[in-house]
Amino acid sequence: MKIEDFDLGTQARWCPGCADFNIWVTVRQALIELNIQPHELLAVYGIGCHGHMANMLKCYGFESLHGRSLPVAFGAKLANRNLNVIAVAGDGDCYGEGMSHFINTARTNADIALIVHNNMVYGLTTGQASPTSAKGYKSKVTPDGVFDVPVNPIALAISAGATFVSRAFAGNIPHLKQMIAEAIKHRGFALVDVLQPCITYNKINTYEFYYKRVYRLQDENFDTGDKMKAMEKAFEWGDRIPIGIFYREERETYEESFPQLKEKSLFEQGISNVNVDRLMEEFV
Amino acid sequence: MPKLVWLIGGEAGFGIREAGVIFAKACSRAGYNVFGHVEYPSLIRGGHNIYQVSVDDEVFCQSRQINLLVALNAETIERHAKELTENGAIIYDSDAVSGASHENNIRSYPIPLSALAKESGGKDIVRNMVAIGASLSYAGLDFSFLEAVLKDEFRGKGQEIVSINLIAARKGYEHASDNFRDDFKFQIKARKMSSNRLVLTGNDAIGIGAIKAGCKFFAGYPMTPISALIHFMSAHAKEFGIVFRNASDEIEAINMAIGASYAGARSMTATSGGGFSLMVEAYGMAGMTETPVVIVEGTRTGPSTGLPTWTEQGDLRFVLHASQGEFPRIVAAPGDASECYYNTVEVFNLSEKYQVPAIILVDRHLAESHMSAEKFKTGERIPGHILKQEQLKRMENYRRFSFSETGISPRSVPGMQGGLFIANSYEHDEYGFYSEDPETVRKMKEKRMRKMESLIDEIPEPVLHGSEDADITLVAWGSTKLPALQAIRMLAKEGIKANLLQIIYMWPFKAERIEKILRNARQTLIAENNQTGQLAGLIREKTGIDIPNKLLKYDGRQFYAEEIADKVKQVLGER
Ligand SMILES: Cc1ncc(C[n+]2csc(CCOP(=O)(O)OP(=O)(O)O)c2C)c(N)n1
Repeated sequence: MKIEDFDLGTQARWCPGCADFNIWVTVRQALIELNIQPHELLAVYGIGCHGHMANMLKCYGFESLHGRSLPVAFGAKLANRNLNVIAVAGDGDCYGEGMSHFINTARTNADIALIVHNNMVYGLTTGQASPTSAKGYKSKVTPDGVFDVPVNPIALAISAGATFVSRAFAGNIPHLKQMIAEAIKHRGFALVDVLQPCITYNKINTYEFYYKRVYRLQDENFDTGDKMKAMEKAFEWGDRIPIGIFYREERETYEESFPQLKEKSLFEQGISNVNVDRLMEEFV
Repeated sequence: MPKLVWLIGGEAGFGIREAGVIFAKACSRAGYNVFGHVEYPSLIRGGHNIYQVSVDDEVFCQSRQINLLVALNAETIERHAKELTENGAIIYDSDAVSGASHENNIRSYPIPLSALAKESGGKDIVRNMVAIGASLSYAGLDFSFLEAVLKDEFRGKGQEIVSINLIAARKGYEHASDNFRDDFKFQIKARKMSSNRLVLTGNDAIGIGAIKAGCKFFAGYPMTPISALIHFMSAHAKEFGIVFRNASDEIEAINMAIGASYAGARSMTATSGGGFSLMVEAYGMAGMTETPVVIVEGTRTGPSTGLPTWTEQGDLRFVLHASQGEFPRIVAAPGDASECYYNTVEVFNLSEKYQVPAIILVDRHLAESHMSAEKFKTGERIPGHILKQEQLKRMENYRRFSFSETGISPRSVPGMQGGLFIANSYEHDEYGFYSEDPETVRKMKEKRMRKMESLIDEIPEPVLHGSEDADITLVAWGSTKLPALQAIRMLAKEGIKANLLQIIYMWPFKAERIEKILRNARQTLIAENNQTGQLAGLIREKTGIDIPNKLLKYDGRQFYAEEIADKVKQVLGER
């Protein structure tokens, strides 16, 4: 497999220099490393700049609605548990419009890798503040700065029961690739929250901003099995910003809890001749 | 009026509905048709609950008058004694209620329900079984019918529960047989046993239909009046290899159903108007991405939270037009339990074949009333419309959304080799790529909408119930079919010939046949359970015909047959 095998050869519609390119590259690198074929992969996208990856990544794709990539991905995974399923979302998409799906799908531990392009603005709709914008962030819709505090995706994912919780930085491609590959490989619900500079609209959270601050948790021998420590780390955001795996655990996936899925996926089960006669006996 | 109309009343928590269903089934096993009508407020404890069972050779709906009233509390007598016909009777709990009136030759049969319940070794709740036992005796039916139903009904709960309920029912039966038995004037005699009859609700029939149709994935969020359907699917999921998801909200439910369907599993969700409001955006996505999905919309009295446990047909226009933009869809509104079964199977097949979202629209009266139905013919083979891997291999330049002649394009699912595509909620080209090109946009919209042309030929024609030769043609849909059919029988007895045009498929709309029937009618009257005559408006839009007489009811209650019959007489009198 080569990186071109996952390339649809279409014209990109991202701003030149957009960090979405980096994520697109690393997703393909990770897929090659994992030896996944395009037809074995389903990628479900939300609506936003991130979602344009649908037109570029060669695989089964579903460009869903704003905020709804997770339930679509979850339904597909339940119908065919043999698929590798990833969800690609934006911060407005996943932590605003689709926040309840984020929490509720994390709880299920369905085997889905969620990659969030967290640029801390609504990119596609021209730069309004998003749920991850910093307090005080000025934009067209927040002329006096954002009044509320940003959501903390890492802490939310840990408390909601996600079994793989990580953060990466789009400016560190080898590390980003590693996080994405680990997340896809992980059996269960895996989050990669990607710090993604929006070079057009976000003048605060720039490459420079992150280069100065990010450090790798794994360089400090961080224990990824301790939920309380992970929670503490999740709140570190200032001069130092941790990237890497915050928390990892093995737990039965949602799909595994159905005995009716043990032998065949839903898609493989025959439907031509279901016998419902015994159901009628309840009603005599 | 039916041969026997029985009504049991009491507080929520007294087991009113359970008692009603058991009584209805016992009468059904004795060879009768039944209609079981439930009324309850949106409460778990307290509040006044009733269950009414109408019994006759042929019976379609609830009745205005009753002849046997079972009062588990005094309030039931206060509220319902006035509905008793002459010579009607009240069975009441002499341990709980101090006495009943004797006006209008009303008989009263005091029975120590609480004491007999205690003697049976059961909790106070088995008063309801004592009361059914007594009712059966007054009705003149053999205890064996009830015995058989109770054994079947409680089998799953263990031998002890079966025997407590049997003892309680028998005590009631014997007490009634020893006291005033032949005093009751509305006895019915058992008919030849018919094992081909079911007693079930619209919800039950939709559930059986969905499982028959190969529904493999169901996600739902509880809401009256379709909660019972959700429970049914959940209860049978494991046995039939179905994945049931207790969704965290309706948005999740429908998006999951769409995702599962996209990946190749026939999928369904169910909700009421409030939940469907939340599903609307995804309904449009199913249309845009050409992903089949079946949505049950059970209507209650709107708008907003409205009256959760009461009925209305107020959402027809809503489901026809819900979601932004224009896309093909199917909307079917069955009118009784049999139609709920057959239409559900049909709608699943059509939704998959035409790759469109489909709605089964039922009102609370249909979803939750029990009615007789012939056993369903379940032998039908369910066709599949997804490409096989071998077919896909032979295809060159596979395009999931190809501009085909019928508008139906070949459909692969994820995991297949050579079938890659993007299901795109944005407008797209034949491969699914985002496209703004005006030519592509126009052609893709036309391709999708073209599906309606063959779809309309494939759906069944609307039905004209009764003879072509009629003084008046009634028009009704959904559960309004039921009182309309009953009204036709009533009118026939008075020498008035009426027939009924029932419309099941609302979209696509069989305008030609409907127009023909209406143009040929001598007089027309439409009855709808809503305030604005939504079907009347649709008929006018599609056929140009303005039905002159409209009978609209929107107080949360379905029509009584008498109301429709009276309106017919008024209309014909005005001629
Ligand atoms: C229901 C709905 N509301 C609003 C929009 C408009 N909209 C499209 S993308 C977007 C925000 C995008 O921000 P984000 O999810 O952070 O993604 P990004 O563009 O930054 O990648 C909005 C508000 C929409 N498409 N659908």
